[in-house]
Amino acid sequence: MKDTLRKLCEAYGPSGNEGQVRDLIRSEIEGLADSVRVDALGNLIAVKGSGGHRVMLAAHMDEIGVIITHIDENGFLRFAPVGGVWTLGLSGRRVAFADGSIGAIGLEKLDDRDRVPAMAKFYIDIGASKKDEVHLKVGDMAVMTRPFVTNGGRWIGKAMDNRAGCAVLIETMRRLKAPKHEVAFVFTTQEEVGLRGATTSAFGLDPEIAVAVDVTGTGDTPKAAPMAVSLGEGAAIKVRDGGMLAHLGVKDLLVQRAEENGIAYQLEVLEGGTTDGRAIQTSRAGVPTGVVSVPTRYIHSPSEMIDERDAEACASLLVVLLENDITL
Amino acid sequence: MMDIGFLKTLSEARGVSGNEGEVRDHLARTLRGVVDELITDTIGNLIAVRRGTGESPLRVMVAAHMDEVGLMITAADANGYLRFQPVGGIDARVLPAKRVLVGKDAVPGIIGVKPVHLTEPSERRNVLKVDQLYIDIGAKSKDEALGIAPLGEFATFDTPFQYLQGASIEGDEPRGRISGKCFDDRAGCFILHNLLQKQYPFDLYGVFTVQEEVGLRGARVAAFGIDPDLAFVLEGTVCDDSPKEDDISPTTTLGLGAAISIADASVIADRRLVDLLIETATEEGIPYQIKQPMVGGTDAGAIHLQREGIPSVPVAVPSRYLHSPESVIDLLDLQHTIRLVGAALERLPAVWGSRGGVA
Repeated sequence: MKDTLRKLCEAYGPSGNEGQVRDLIRSEIEGLADSVRVDALGNLIAVKGSGGHRVMLAAHMDEIGVIITHIDENGFLRFAPVGGVWTLGLSGRRVAFADGSIGAIGLEKLDDRDRVPAMAKFYIDIGASKKDEVHLKVGDMAVMTRPFVTNGGRWIGKAMDNRAGCAVLIETMRRLKAPKHEVAFVFTTQEEVGLRGATTSAFGLDPEIAVAVDVTGTGDTPKAAPMAVSLGEGAAIKVRDGGMLAHLGVKDLLVQRAEENGIAYQLEVLEGGTTDGRAIQTSRAGVPTGVVSVPTRYIHSPSEMIDERDAEACASLLVVLLENDITL
Repeated sequence: MMDIGFLKTLSEARGVSGNEGEVRDHLARTLRGVVDELITDTIGNLIAVRRGTGESPLRVMVAAHMDEVGLMITAADANGYLRFQPVGGIDARVLPAKRVLVGKDAVPGIIGVKPVHLTEPSERRNVLKVDQLYIDIGAKSKDEALGIAPLGEFATFDTPFQYLQGASIEGDEPRGRISGKCFDDRAGCFILHNLLQKQYPFDLYGVFTVQEEVGLRGARVAAFGIDPDLAFVLEGTVCDDSPKEDDISPTTTLGLGAAISIADASVIADRRLVDLLIETATEEGIPYQIKQPMVGGTDAGAIHLQREGIPSVPVAVPSRYLHSPESVIDLLDLQHTIRLVGAALERLPAVWGSRGGVA
């Protein structure tokens, strides 16, 4: 899983511009699915198995980023956030555009250094000295750039949200020998701007049960907001988050399968934020939906950290879910 | 040539969200006999279907919203003053001392304001909140006021359409600028009305939507019902090209042409449609501008999420002073937007397969 995740994390894919990630996943899952297609909003849908229930697994391909809103006379780029970008820590970061060009984020002189400045105070410097040297255009998007690194079993990278989820889905496809169900592995688009790809792919697939796979926060760092999820303690099975209550039947089944198979798990209650699960759950006449989460520190920073064992546990849990009967 | 007289009719028609009947009537009356089908759906959208030549199997939706921001009567007091709440996004600072028209009979009213003689300097520095304001229709009692304007009645700004200096519609090229009420989105309705005068290679579903200003409600159900392959959304959009001290670009600039959206708060536009518009504009020599990303939202936000996903793009006429009683647009921007979308529709079958997902 590590090599796959390294490639995924280092790829460029802000919301609405997931093409490079999609191509990468397509090559990683070559030969693993019965059919692969891309829908009108860019979701990559790989279907494997038949019979049983129509199951949808969803992990989003997109990552947060920034979009150019203005190019000034001196060649500096102003930007707006794409998804939940924190201004704290933006200064000095590097961003990468679709063509690979790199910019450094600068910050205007501050009147009050104790207050977090507004996004309008920051700019991207690509080294141009005037406007007509800038090859980029208003509307082009960039992502934070940072290499994927490992510290033993702790993996650190940008876009772990949600390439970790994508890697778990790919790993599940690799390990899944005999699915008892018709499983649609959906790599969704535009989650970070409002669960948009999941909304339309869920409508199209009309699943009988769904599991979203995404990252979740942890409460195990100094003076963190209280949260009973820790790195290394296993796959997080969601009970609720800021946008959904997991279907109790799906949640209980995930717990049951984890316990039967000795897979490490922890129950997740997330105060803020939500996942594709929310959009899928309310699609059409409603879809029983659960979420399996990879515990992650420093979400939406360029140094999101996960524990290898948790990601492995997530994949193991999904494999046993799909290789057994599903009764809710 | 554009019939600016019809834009005046649309601009002066009154249609606060949920009450778009008058606008719909003007559109339906003038489209009867021009389009092949004219349907008003359950929520009130006017769907004008112009059958194609049969050369292309595409179903193309072009949407513009009929509703405008306005006011709704919520109470009357003993002295006959009407209280109200805004319908859609209105900055309370634009309201005091404005003329409004209340109800179906367009009863004239004035949003009352305390005269300067009676205000303290400190008062004059504060913005009056909506619930401190009231409409004076000349009634002397609560019963009289509510008899004329019962609770739930709509009120619109009373703004006559006018040509600003130098404006002219003589000849083929219109010149200059016009002001009037709610070019957001009667300009879009006007453009769509123009586009429907022609037949295309595919079936064109022109949809005049309701309730955009209160949450893209009409477009949602129209797109679900029509299930098009793709959609263009026509708007009158934010224009803040007033002088700025800093080197920061305006959202759009009056006179620079049709404003194409790459992304706003409600949608990341389908890149293939953005590219089609830019290529069309470049090759046909039609002026265009890219709207500053991430500002505002449009019916595209609802349309692109229907069913299995409907690739969508907003195109707009820059309009100053949006959501206030007055707005200003440039007649050339209007003409350029009609030409751009018309030409892009012609080119569409060559670049878009049916049910076109990303290859």
